[in-house]
Amino acid sequence: MKIIRVLLAVIGLALGANAQANYALNLPVGVTETSREIHDLHMLILWICVGIGVVVYGVMVYSIMHHRKSKGVTPATFHENTKLEIVWTIIPFLILLSMAIPATKVMIKTYDTSKADMSIKVTGYQWKWRYTYLEEGIDFFSALDANSNRARQLGAKIDPASVDHYLLNVDHPLVIPVNKKIRILITSADVIHSWWVPEFGWKKDAIPGFVTDGWVKVDKPGIYRGQCTELCGRDHGFMPIVVEAKTEEQYKQWVAQQTAKKEAAAIDQGSNLADAAVDPAQSADVKKN
Amino acid sequence: MTATTHDDHHDHGPAKGIMRWITTTNHKDIGTLYMITALIMFFVGGAMALVIRAELFEPGMQYVDPLFFNQMTTLHALVMVFGAVMPAFAGLANWMIPMMIGAPDMALPRMNNWSFWILPFAVCLLASTLFMEGGAPSAGWTLYPPLVLQGGNNLPFAVFSVHLLGISSIMAAINIIVTVFNMRAPGMTWMKLPMFVWTWVITAFLLIAIMPVFAGAVTMLLTDKFFGTSFFNAAGGGDPVLYQHLFWFFGHPEVYVLILPSFGVVSQIIPTFARKPLFGYSSMVYATASIGLLSFIVWAHHQYTVGMPIQGELYFTYATMLIAVPTGVKVFNWLATMWKGAMTFETPMLFAIAFVVLFTMGGFTGLMMSISPADLQYHDTYFIVAHFHYTLVTGAVFAILAAVYYWLPKWTGYMYDERLGKLHFWLTTISVNVCFFPQHFSGLAGMPRRIPDYAVQFAEFNAMSSVGAFVFGFAQLILAYVVIQSIRGGDKATDEVWEGAKEHGLEWQLPSPPPYHTWTTAPDIK
Ligand SMILES: [Cu+2]
Repeated sequence: MKIIRVLLAVIGLALGANAQANYALNLPVGVTETSREIHDLHMLILWICVGIGVVVYGVMVYSIMHHRKSKGVTPATFHENTKLEIVWTIIPFLILLSMAIPATKVMIKTYDTSKADMSIKVTGYQWKWRYTYLEEGIDFFSALDANSNRARQLGAKIDPASVDHYLLNVDHPLVIPVNKKIRILITSADVIHSWWVPEFGWKKDAIPGFVTDGWVKVDKPGIYRGQCTELCGRDHGFMPIVVEAKTEEQYKQWVAQQTAKKEAAAIDQGSNLADAAVDPAQSADVKKN
Repeated sequence: MTATTHDDHHDHGPAKGIMRWITTTNHKDIGTLYMITALIMFFVGGAMALVIRAELFEPGMQYVDPLFFNQMTTLHALVMVFGAVMPAFAGLANWMIPMMIGAPDMALPRMNNWSFWILPFAVCLLASTLFMEGGAPSAGWTLYPPLVLQGGNNLPFAVFSVHLLGISSIMAAINIIVTVFNMRAPGMTWMKLPMFVWTWVITAFLLIAIMPVFAGAVTMLLTDKFFGTSFFNAAGGGDPVLYQHLFWFFGHPEVYVLILPSFGVVSQIIPTFARKPLFGYSSMVYATASIGLLSFIVWAHHQYTVGMPIQGELYFTYATMLIAVPTGVKVFNWLATMWKGAMTFETPMLFAIAFVVLFTMGGFTGLMMSISPADLQYHDTYFIVAHFHYTLVTGAVFAILAAVYYWLPKWTGYMYDERLGKLHFWLTTISVNVCFFPQHFSGLAGMPRRIPDYAVQFAEFNAMSSVGAFVFGFAQLILAYVVIQSIRGGDKATDEVWEGAKEHGLEWQLPSPPPYHTWTTAPDIK
């Protein structure tokens, strides 16, 4: 019993004191409005549970301390109390209501992908991600970076701690602008994956043959990391997600770079029909914007 | 075999040798067979868990290939659910239900034999896939397509194994229902039934409703893979998520199949050791029934991330939250039963109290996960792993351990070693928390489940978990030792075993150990 109390105290302290700072113990607050609301909701339901826990475990500990045979008590004989039973059915109802209302509001918000400024399609593959910028026509794969990949081999003699962001680093991160509402369309080319960046507050499954969606509007430039969260085969643990959120200007520069690179590549392999077929569509899209 | 056809109802002992166990139709023998199978499978599934925890002890890949790791997570779950916990409860039901309702045996004794003997074959069929080319199923115990369809020849074996397990549990369920409906002693009215029996009747109805759905879903996997259908293949007009709906229509009630009998066990034990009647008996019955009913209408809370319409998300959120109400009622009733009792703390009571404390913890995280927007974060992380191990290990498994210590002296006629029992309890309870509590943190901090390797920021919590898991695993050897010791001898147990237990159930009015046939004349019920 004591252990439980100690453990409870530890969570209380850990979550209460370090909720803002410590990524390693609790959900991150995140960098979008919805992620913050989800974090608040999480803290609300957590504290409600801790509160109920304190009462329930408190009564139990009291009972265990005092209502024991070794104290020479005679057991009572009561076995029902209708009023009490009605009360402890109704109170939980009210508590649930107090959680359901904010939950509904947040859920409706996370589901509202309308009026997006831009759209990016994310496709899951065994075992990498592909990012397609629907407006800019940028399209690339994003896989585990080479250093992590070397260190994660069975019997590799490389200390994971010596690898920069071990298992959470990719060769080509997804680059997005801050302060833009971005609709993320998610699908898969083979099995089900799930696209999750904790700092954005949500994950969504990538389902072959179907498109699911979500949205982000990041308010701080930075690098945000996540992982595939639906078991997708042998290397499920090795297809991380890295998102680089840049300021508007930096993002535009990046897009220009990518487009230039792409054009250079297209000239290099001028005979490549596939590239030639893609390019006109791209430039048409760029003009529209 | 012919011996059984001459079997009439005189009180005689069992047949001799191995044939006793193969041909037995005696509920006590079959109960014992189930319990032994469960114990063995508990160690087999536990060994698989230790492979997982060994690999996860530190970052980097040390021991196994990621694919083998996935096979271990898949088989660990299937073996524990279908090989250990369900058979353990079937064993308890077989041993105890006839003795608790004043019946001479189960209503359908030959089917009873059949429903047990299918089980070892089903489990072997599943385990045999480990030795096949490509190995065992590795898509998780949920067997989601399209991933599961990438497995080689293990799929048909896994599917047939599920069919057999389904047939076995449906037969056990039918037997329990028929027994309780028809064979209660005169005067044993429905509202006098012991809670363990009540919870099992409701569980049995759940089983009959869900096992065919699961069998159907996995059969569709089979035809998708081998006969060109496209139930779950979008390219052919199907939908992979359809499988998830079918699976969880089975899967959610299935977790209540594992937990309702646990509620029953705890509702037997707490009154005995509090020396006080169970508080709120009728509300316990109604709460169990409503949990059973609700379990059918909440399944998609396992699928908040598949892109359901918002209306669906909200409906499943509200419906799932509702389960907290009857579950809360149960916990409050157990507390009120303890309140102003005269408690003693023998091993069964310790496990029962630990059940209430730790299952409630699993209930809290369950409530948190029912809130769909928050679950968009929790889903498929170690937070979930922590949650369901709190409900299934410190929940279902603790209830089974409590039940074994509670009824073992009745079964064997000898008291078990109380000092060893307490040692087992404390080692188990401390290590299980060291194992699973840190997983809440690593999950919230962003560690996905079912990964063989992880970022270094999760290293401390995983090391802690692994240490806890190994201590937990080896502590269970004490259980095996205590059980064997108590079978072989020791202090004679009295008929009521526990002080005043006669007030708490018909089984305590029988001798310890009970004769091979009990209640051949129905008892008088006050
Ligand atoms: Cu994946």
